[in-house]
Amino acid sequence: MEEMTLLQEIFDGLLGLGLLWLAWRSLACTDMFKAIVLFIAFGLLMALAWLRLEAPDVALAEAAIGAGVTGALLLSALAGLTSTGASRHEVEQPEGVEKQTGTLHRLPILLLMLTAALLGYAVLSLPSHDPGLSAEVAENLASSGVSNPVTAVLLNFRGYDTMLEMAVLLMALLGVWSLACVESQRDSSADPILDMLTRLLVPLLILVAAYLLWVGAHAPGGAFQAGSVLGAAGVLLILAGWRLPSRLTGWPLRLVVLSGPAAFVAIALITILIGGRLLEYPTEHAGTLILIIETMATLSIGVTLAALFLGSSPEHEEKQ
Amino acid sequence: MNMVFLYALVGVGLFCLGLHALIMHAHLLRKILAFNIMGGGVFLVLVALAKRTEEVAPDPVPHAMVITGIVVAVSATALALKLMLKVSEETGNAELPDERRE
Amino acid sequence: MGLIDYLSTILLIAGGIFFLAGTVGLLRFPDVYTRLHALTKADNVGLGLVVAGLVVQAESWAAAGKLVLIWLLVLLAGASISYLIGSGALQRGIRLWKK
Repeated sequence: MEEMTLLQEIFDGLLGLGLLWLAWRSLACTDMFKAIVLFIAFGLLMALAWLRLEAPDVALAEAAIGAGVTGALLLSALAGLTSTGASRHEVEQPEGVEKQTGTLHRLPILLLMLTAALLGYAVLSLPSHDPGLSAEVAENLASSGVSNPVTAVLLNFRGYDTMLEMAVLLMALLGVWSLACVESQRDSSADPILDMLTRLLVPLLILVAAYLLWVGAHAPGGAFQAGSVLGAAGVLLILAGWRLPSRLTGWPLRLVVLSGPAAFVAIALITILIGGRLLEYPTEHAGTLILIIETMATLSIGVTLAALFLGSSPEHEEKQ
Repeated sequence: MNMVFLYALVGVGLFCLGLHALIMHAHLLRKILAFNIMGGGVFLVLVALAKRTEEVAPDPVPHAMVITGIVVAVSATALALKLMLKVSEETGNAELPDERRE
Repeated sequence: MGLIDYLSTILLIAGGIFFLAGTVGLLRFPDVYTRLHALTKADNVGLGLVVAGLVVQAESWAAAGKLVLIWLLVLLAGASISYLIGSGALQRGIRLWKK
């Protein structure tokens, strides 16, 4: 139907313009709080764009991680900045831009427009029909143990990348824990409404995370989306003032954080010992192995994201 | 095909907007925002180009790479924010010291 | 388009009108409290109409139930968060707008 494609083109055009406009406003705003809120809205529009591009797994991940957890991290960092005395507005206008006049002032913008034009030309000159690797993935999907092609690629065909990605998360947490910062004073008494909201939402979030984990084998979902929903539950708990009891912040916490990468590495070593090739699952056990890796990964991603939001190592929290 | 190139060009635009802000602004939080927007632009280009398959489902390999990219971006952002808080605590404002201005 | 599609379209457009009203309220009202009022009222009704428009098209009771659950969760979260924003604004001393 002609009208439907025109409507869709208008929608896509508006969405693209909205993305560019939100990004520009977010980067050009002098008030940092406004900039962060615009960035969160930008993340939600990106999730819409992923849906238009038929990438529901990416849309789930973007909505949970890109807009949700990143937004929480940015707002928490802004609160930390203002409590150490830095201004919420930019302290000085970028002087380099103001004082330079004439051609030198316009040089960065000209160079940038040239870069944009070159990149745009490079993108537009790509072939408009290119199946990529979708045929190979579809052929081997039956032997991969799951029926969602993105999960199959993430955890079976490109499992090595995912294993290293879990290690990156762990290293980020190590970096954050090793930098001790002055903690901003947090209200120890949570508002009763926030308390009630947390009590209602956290069990539901855990249920949704378990559902996303399970359904990721045959529908959009998977370990990262489920882990980020768990991370969101953790952020909500932290905001409501809940902290881990101190007997759990030593070895048990570190064990859970390690369990994702460790399970992956352990299974990788087992596949080397059995078959001689890294991460080549035996076909009849592939589904089970993927489920084990995904479960451990979900737990450790959730706990890692919540710990990244908390920002200070458990020992530092106890000393305060 | 129109949709693919529309979103790919939007991705290029986002990348260049982010690059401009990354270079021109001195405030570290703004640089971190710019870096995230640049990442979003790159992901948009990848996923848009993955949709060039004819009539079958889009290519899942770039989707997996973008999911990996989103998680890595949030890890890097968390560490970068912590470093920025450390700089702000040491020097009093959230900008890296500039040798020219001293 | 069948009858169901026409019904869906009407409900979705009505929801869109409520969202537009809420956004106009956000832009035009004078202070935080009136803006919160406009946002939560109009957006909740708007989302309810959008969800109704989608429930009509749902292919199973489970899918329709999930859509209604989404609406209820947004209602819960919206109400709690607007209360928190309002009480936070009061604590910071933002006064109510008086004509």
